[in-house]
Amino acid sequence: MRALPRPAAPFLGFGRLLRRYGFAVAPEQISGFMQAVTLLGPRSMSDIHEAALATLAPPPDRRDEFEVHFQSHFYGNTSAVVEGEADEETRIKDDGGADDERTEAERSREGGELSSALEQLSTRDFQRDDDRLTAFRRKLSSALPARRSFRTVRTPSRGKLDLRRSLREIVSADGDVPSPLLRRRQTVPRKLLLLIDVSGSMKLHTADYLKLAHAAVQGAGRAEIFTFGTRLTRITSALRIRDRDQALARAAAQVDDWDGGTRMGPTLLAFLSVPRFSSFARGAAVIILSDALERGDHAELETAMRRLSARAFRLSLATPLAGDPRFRPATAALRAILPDLDDLIDGSSLTSLTDFILSLARPAPTASTIWKKVS
Amino acid sequence: MPELTAETVATSPEAVAQHLAASCYLADDSLSTAIFLAIRLGKPLLLEGAPGVGKTEAAKAIAELLGRDLVRLQCYEGIDAAHALYEWNYQRQLLAIRHAGEHEIDIYDDRFLIARPLLQVLRAPEQRVLLVDEIDRSDHEFEALLLEFLSDFQISIPERGTIRAAAQPIVILTSNRTRELAEALRRRCVYHWIGYPEAEREAAIIMLRAGDVAEATARAVAAAVQTIRARPLAKPPGIAEAVEWANAATILEKGGSPWPEAFRRAIGVLIKDEEDLSYIAPELGRIVEEALG
Repeated sequence: MRALPRPAAPFLGFGRLLRRYGFAVAPEQISGFMQAVTLLGPRSMSDIHEAALATLAPPPDRRDEFEVHFQSHFYGNTSAVVEGEADEETRIKDDGGADDERTEAERSREGGELSSALEQLSTRDFQRDDDRLTAFRRKLSSALPARRSFRTVRTPSRGKLDLRRSLREIVSADGDVPSPLLRRRQTVPRKLLLLIDVSGSMKLHTADYLKLAHAAVQGAGRAEIFTFGTRLTRITSALRIRDRDQALARAAAQVDDWDGGTRMGPTLLAFLSVPRFSSFARGAAVIILSDALERGDHAELETAMRRLSARAFRLSLATPLAGDPRFRPATAALRAILPDLDDLIDGSSLTSLTDFILSLARPAPTASTIWKKVS
Repeated sequence: MPELTAETVATSPEAVAQHLAASCYLADDSLSTAIFLAIRLGKPLLLEGAPGVGKTEAAKAIAELLGRDLVRLQCYEGIDAAHALYEWNYQRQLLAIRHAGEHEIDIYDDRFLIARPLLQVLRAPEQRVLLVDEIDRSDHEFEALLLEFLSDFQISIPERGTIRAAAQPIVILTSNRTRELAEALRRRCVYHWIGYPEAEREAAIIMLRAGDVAEATARAVAAAVQTIRARPLAKPPGIAEAVEWANAATILEKGGSPWPEAFRRAIGVLIKDEEDLSYIAPELGRIVEEALG
């Protein structure tokens, strides 16, 4: 085996550095990087930079971080820091590029600080809630509303002619036409999108909601979970970890705006303005877990809800306030968004929430008709 | 005229950029480097970016630069092997069986094979460029199938055996990033993220693409579009919309509307969402005036 020439060492080292910071870099990408550098000359540092971008493929949302590592490795410039975005914009955090190595490490470590803190929060009614969530997880994938997929599956009856298989039969039967074989379009469960309010006013319920979200991610094939307060955070991939305490600890570490204020309208608009995120909502069952206590002007909230309901298959708002029998959608914000909602339900207990999610496939009158009767 | 091969056209990133400009596509340094590397390393090129930044146009320009035909595979949810690889022409097969009567007939002949985009490219890799458009719309199963195709450039047809490409075909994948692509797919490709261009380049693109638009108009449009994109719109305008806006405003101006008014009246080709329109409408006059300088 030939040893690598000395000038190649920095490129190898850069790959290793990226891996250490959780970028997914495959060996073939590093060899591709070196080939690319050779092909380009390299005539200048910018050639090496372009080659690194093209072959190592950092995800766009971690591009700034990548630049910092590049600077520090190839220029020895360690003072650069990742700059934050302007504060008035709603910050969006996506854990999509998170690494699996860290998960492994956490798995081997028993009960970290964060998970023990979470356990204290969730002592109430632990046993019964646990059983309920297990049952919910099992039932979920078959209980979600379904849509017809483009794909077809074989079926013994009620379908269209499956020419391909039928012809094979015909050929093997020497040109006789036996009973034709059929296919029909498959049905697949719709996506489930949970948007969880983690602001101060929801403090009592967020622990429960996150447990519910974990069960939903584990149970449904395609569930997406976001938290919002003053910022928007995607925690789906943290919740994919099977062990619940670990998953919740990881999710808790990702969310920066625990128990703060709410800017529901702006954060939901921020959610909709990222094409990747807003496509999660398309045709999905969207459930917002929030008290919808929007301070100040609710015009933005109204716009966001209208856009969401135009995308979603069914848009529901679960508010813990509705657990009180005297609750009426009387605040200005709630009255304004009520026409866009398909359901306005009680979000004060896990029981009512799990029951509601499991009944999503069944049609129900819209929120405004129900609440008009009540008031 | 010398024959166009990948090596003679792609001698350096600058040469690639020049050739692209000749086919009316202005690429920045890092895009032309990515294209150069993809051609020379023989890897697929994965282009990601927001809708309307010219991903598909880039693919068309690359095909033109290499003097090859573009074979486009548009992805959608539920796309499967029969739409991407090949399909048998069952009706003809049945007729052929009837017709043959007692004679022996090979119903898995080329005559009965309908080549779909991936197979078309495998059969003539030197004459075609494959564009797999909006791969993020397809589902995971199809991505796995594509992965297999991109690593070996071969297709197995049970009735016929394996068909292998004589040479490495050039493949371009585009994605709007509505979902994460599999890591395996990303790492097999040369990757480039196309962002919105800066005002100057956008003005140049508008000049190149639009019919007859004055330079001052192109600059004003580019500047105004930059400002509009900074607003939180549901659908920020792409480059294609900017070109259309410049065209439409020019036509209106020739029809007798004065300048700022022409821009305002043509706004419908730039912003195609009622809510975005009502959001931007109060500011539009000021934005246009600032852009006109």
